[in-house]
Amino acid sequence: MPNPVSPIPNPGSRRIDRRFAALKAASRTGLIPFVTAGDPSPEHMVTLMHALVEGGADLIELGVPFSDPMADGLVIQHASERAIAKGVGIGEVLGWVAAFRQRDAQTPIVLMGYLNPVEIHGYARFAQEAVQAGVDGVLLVDCPLEEAAVLQPLRDAGLQQILLAAPTTAPQRMVRLCEAAEGFLYYVSFAGITGAGQLSTHDIAGRVADVRAQAKVPVAVGFGIRDAQSAKEIAAFADAVVIGSALVARLAEATGPDDIAGRAKDFLQPIRAALDAH
Amino acid sequence: MPTIDDFHAWPDEHGRFGNYGGSYVAETLMAPLAELTEAYLRLRKDPEFIAELDRDLKYYVGRPSPIYHAERLSQHVGGARILLKREDLNHTGAHKINNTVGQALVAKRMGKPRIIAETGAGQHGVASATVAARLGLKCVVYMGAVDIERQKMNVYRMKLLGAEVVPVTSGSKTLKDALNEAMRDWVTNVADTFYMIGTVAGPHPYPLMVRDFNAIVGREARAQMLQDYGRLPDALTACVGGGSNAIGLFHEFLNDRDVRIVGAEAAGDGIETGHHAASLAAGRPGVLHGNRTYVLCDDNGQITETHSVSAGLDYPGVGPEHSFLKDAGRAEYVGVTDDEALQAFHLLARTEGILAALESSHAVAQAIKLAREYPKDGLILCNLSGRGDKDVHTIAAREGVEV
Ligand SMILES: Cc1ncc(COP(=O)(O)O)c(C=O)c1O
Repeated sequence: MPNPVSPIPNPGSRRIDRRFAALKAASRTGLIPFVTAGDPSPEHMVTLMHALVEGGADLIELGVPFSDPMADGLVIQHASERAIAKGVGIGEVLGWVAAFRQRDAQTPIVLMGYLNPVEIHGYARFAQEAVQAGVDGVLLVDCPLEEAAVLQPLRDAGLQQILLAAPTTAPQRMVRLCEAAEGFLYYVSFAGITGAGQLSTHDIAGRVADVRAQAKVPVAVGFGIRDAQSAKEIAAFADAVVIGSALVARLAEATGPDDIAGRAKDFLQPIRAALDAH
Repeated sequence: MPTIDDFHAWPDEHGRFGNYGGSYVAETLMAPLAELTEAYLRLRKDPEFIAELDRDLKYYVGRPSPIYHAERLSQHVGGARILLKREDLNHTGAHKINNTVGQALVAKRMGKPRIIAETGAGQHGVASATVAARLGLKCVVYMGAVDIERQKMNVYRMKLLGAEVVPVTSGSKTLKDALNEAMRDWVTNVADTFYMIGTVAGPHPYPLMVRDFNAIVGREARAQMLQDYGRLPDALTACVGGGSNAIGLFHEFLNDRDVRIVGAEAAGDGIETGHHAASLAAGRPGVLHGNRTYVLCDDNGQITETHSVSAGLDYPGVGPEHSFLKDAGRAEYVGVTDDEALQAFHLLARTEGILAALESSHAVAQAIKLAREYPKDGLILCNLSGRGDKDVHTIAAREGVEV
């Protein structure tokens, strides 16, 4: 008799779900750092990823550099430009993920970026290589739900598509996003670009509560979170916080390769401590 | 690709032209795009809106623009008759005003007090600043630092019209980066801001809306041809940057299958050198600036820097409808080099007393090539999309002349 339960195509593919379940069981708020892959140093990327985990990361968002990052502010634009100048592309990024997985089989990894590099790489090829490397999900900023049919090969391979929700998202659309969301829903805290400084905790608390009530998956909040204080404020009503530009800016000031891992840990540890101090 | 019965039936309700177009934008922009689509689809059928637009086109823009038979140029070339659709005679000196007058009326009806725009050559920036001044709206124009340098006169014109010009220093510092920056502004200021895109690119509904507003060019031209020449032209040509003046001329003729359609892209130093902006002739399908279309990019999917002597053609993407027309075999897209465009510029100046924009000079160069392919009684209709005053400094510098 064949097994009636179809096997999960990618055994690691539910790492995101498992991680959030564990966080929930421990009543902890997830910490999700974003770094641009290959910045500040392609040679030290894997070391940096491990340092993020040591600093308290529950999930890593790796930015795949793109020449035209329409949703990003200057900090991430410049990080992308530096990485591209060093020849970083999908092949390199997947190589780092595979190397990271040799020592860390638990921490979920989401690749964040724009559609064109994936389109040019080829959807089916990307899906297969990403799963093989140990990627768990993708967040493609310029691929809203309406255009997500092209990502079917990624879903078939077991990669979760992380969707964004925003303050401008209309109520009916929010219902559809909440239904379609996999892994976690990324709530963008304000209408704007990454790295802008207009976070208003008061405004978003109610909105995030509404989204959490509707969504079947956990809700992470990102944009504008820069330190322990802002992370803690958001943690009061979110399942996880995402920190990008502030970390990328800190890493960009590294004085040398040995300084990178230390900076990552120094940056994340106080945030981790603030999140855990309930 | 299946055969297309009616080229006027596109895009579909998702803004797709076959495999191209769509709305590839961040979540925050989905709501303002839906709001704009809803408003525009209503307005394009609203008799009052249409009447107001027609009045503006007639009394403010100066339409209709004539079709001029360039007799001495045609004689010099020695082939078919070359006809010029004189969009250079419009107010502000290019076809770009057709679109901004239309979008300004949409912005006004939507109650948006602030207009933003991107510009390459500065013509769309000027056209945006112009309509903003007329309606008393605030106007911010994003322009690549490289383009600011080579289009100084238009920068000053925008300032005279009361617009703020913001230099863009990211990426290649040209049109594509200005578009990125305008999108970033829009995503930050969605509530009160209307983004006036200057070409038939961007997410739905822009490729549809900008095409509609420029399609007046082809509607007039088709009627003028029947009236003045008793028949349609043998071939149409226009330069293709983002593709708005080209689709403006082509659209009305798309179902006239006997009319040949040729778009002239910027081949820069020559397509084989890699220094060009010929997305259709030398690119591949990808996703840029909110739509799927032909783009110039490397194997990592990074958009490549383009080169053209004309700032308005220096763009690594192209409107999705052109990608659709290329794949359907309805239109051909060919490259015209910087040198060919400059030769055409001088030839037109000397034979007809017309200084064409460098962008439009690419179309003139292509019209000259086409004229040689047809008999003397043939008719080649070329869109002269803009006048060349803005390019005088560039041409002088290139030819080592100080002005
Ligand atoms: C005179 C003129 N023609 C053509 C163009 C290219 O744009 P499009 O391809 O959208 O017509 C420009 C752009 O600035 C222009 O100023």
